[in-house]
Amino acid sequence: MTERLEKGLQVLRAEMDKKVMSFFSSCVNCGICAESCLFYTETGDPRYTPIYKTEPMRKLWKNEYSFWGKLKSKLGMSESMTEADLSDWEELVYDGCSMCGRCSMVCPVGVDISMVIFKVKHALAVAGFSPEGLVGATQRAVDIGSPMGITMKAVLATIKHAEANTGLKIPLDVEGADYLALLSSNEIALYPEYLESLAKIFDHAGVSWTLSSDAYEATNSGLQIGNKAIAGQLVQRVVDGAAKLKVKNVISPECGHAYTALRWEGPNFVGKAYPFRVVHILELLDELQAQGKLKTTGMETDRLTFHDPCSIVRRGGVQAQPRNLLRPITQNFVEMTDHGSMNWCCGGGGGVSSNERAEGLKHTAFNRKKSQIEEIKVDAVVTACSNCRMVMEEGLEFNEMDIPLLGLTELIAEHLAEKPH
Amino acid sequence: MIAYLIDGPLWYFSLAVFCIGVLWHLARIIFTRGRTDLSVARGSAGGGAIRNVFSRFIPHREIASQIGLPVVAGYMFHLGLFAVLFFAAPHVIFLEENLLGFGWTPMPHWAFIVASQFAFFGLILLWLRRMLTSVGRLISTTDDHVAAILTFVVMLTGCLALLKGFPELRLLHRFTVELLLIYFPFSCLMHTFTFIPSRAFTGAWFGRRGIDA
Repeated sequence: MTERLEKGLQVLRAEMDKKVMSFFSSCVNCGICAESCLFYTETGDPRYTPIYKTEPMRKLWKNEYSFWGKLKSKLGMSESMTEADLSDWEELVYDGCSMCGRCSMVCPVGVDISMVIFKVKHALAVAGFSPEGLVGATQRAVDIGSPMGITMKAVLATIKHAEANTGLKIPLDVEGADYLALLSSNEIALYPEYLESLAKIFDHAGVSWTLSSDAYEATNSGLQIGNKAIAGQLVQRVVDGAAKLKVKNVISPECGHAYTALRWEGPNFVGKAYPFRVVHILELLDELQAQGKLKTTGMETDRLTFHDPCSIVRRGGVQAQPRNLLRPITQNFVEMTDHGSMNWCCGGGGGVSSNERAEGLKHTAFNRKKSQIEEIKVDAVVTACSNCRMVMEEGLEFNEMDIPLLGLTELIAEHLAEKPH
Repeated sequence: MIAYLIDGPLWYFSLAVFCIGVLWHLARIIFTRGRTDLSVARGSAGGGAIRNVFSRFIPHREIASQIGLPVVAGYMFHLGLFAVLFFAAPHVIFLEENLLGFGWTPMPHWAFIVASQFAFFGLILLWLRRMLTSVGRLISTTDDHVAAILTFVVMLTGCLALLKGFPELRLLHRFTVELLLIYFPFSCLMHTFTFIPSRAFTGAWFGRRGIDA
């Protein structure tokens, strides 16, 4: 047995728990999950059937945990796992799955397929079967602090521009602030208006907040590549940064997987509960609006829709908040046919957008979102994930569709009323 | 001799394998380690678990049209089989005399015919779908086919056993049932029981995140 295979199998064995055992004991291979996956519906390739992507884990379960597998093993007839059982699944798991979790919503026997795929990803990552693009991004996140190689100097430059554009002071390393705001790489490099919007909204609502020079990056390449140890290392930076500044709350930015990494998986990655609360920016804005601290004025007259980021809505539970925030500022809001927890993914989640090899497949998968947008004939699409925004902008450009993408926080900032205090 | 074997020792043996096997399988799931989620829950895990056990009986509206055939065929097969298993007159009598000591009103003959037709058509449709679609062919295992064929044979011999004057057919049906009982705990047929913890685990996960799944 090769060292890589042994490493992968060790992870799969460590990941075997009562959930996985109940899942594989229940799956009857009905194939219904295929119809929920945009990589299958848009390509017609049966290999993209979600449950098929879990095959390495299933094979281990069959060999080592099922009656027939054990019997075959005793009789020397078992079909051992080989390195190919891992390497052959690399493309399916990394290129052909955006970890959107739609399959987990439709399985009749309740298998959380997305969760099992993540376990397979973990094994592949540890065994060294991951795409170059993601390996590079993860390495930069560990070495430099950001998957896009963004340093604190770049953040300082963004802060400087934001201060110039808004006329507001962006607080940095303020000890005892109520909220520590994090940014995703995209929000620093591509969408600096997010930081400007935060400054305007928090000034308007009287929120005590700060950025941290130790913990500015929310993106978690460890989660995207599936390596829990690295994911934990990156979350720990945020935990340490928050502890240093003694903040009560940490704000997850408009980034889907960052929310999963920080809010839901982070404590499990680092092995202990946080001494602070993690709140998604949409949750916070919704709270401020409900408390009367966030007042808006004027309404968008364009026909707008909202793209639900999978990690924030379907896998994160933040579904009502974006609608609550959009309602007062849109006159002509329309939902896509499939929206909310059953929305279709943009096709670039789960690290697909950082994986150059998956470029062609990503464009094919985007056809689903394209037809969703075309069907409702909107003037613009609003979303709350910078990765979705980037992937959809690219997809629309690729398809020569002239439809702008807007960040929800940014849209709220544009409609701020006079300060209520 | 064969009749004695099928009605006596093999029956008790298969029943024991079934009961012990099912309990062993469920105990393994329950007593295998789980993981404590250290994140702060937004909603109730228990509520989510209970809700998901029941809500998964109805497919999401957004996908219903794409999965109409397997859902309808699945319901035809499962409901038909359930009705025949627990409400066919010979089964009610058998359960009363051999296992439970009490019985209940069986369904009329016409209902039995309808229920068994549903079960047959449902099972055949599901199996055809498995064989004729690229997804079905790719992901189906030997176990899936053995379980489907064994179930079909049990249902077929059950219908044949209704023919009066051929006691061998009753024996044949009972023998195939015994084979099914022995195969059951070690196969995908276990989903009859394990779908409950499976749905509950996933529902609990969704529930604590405040997601309506």
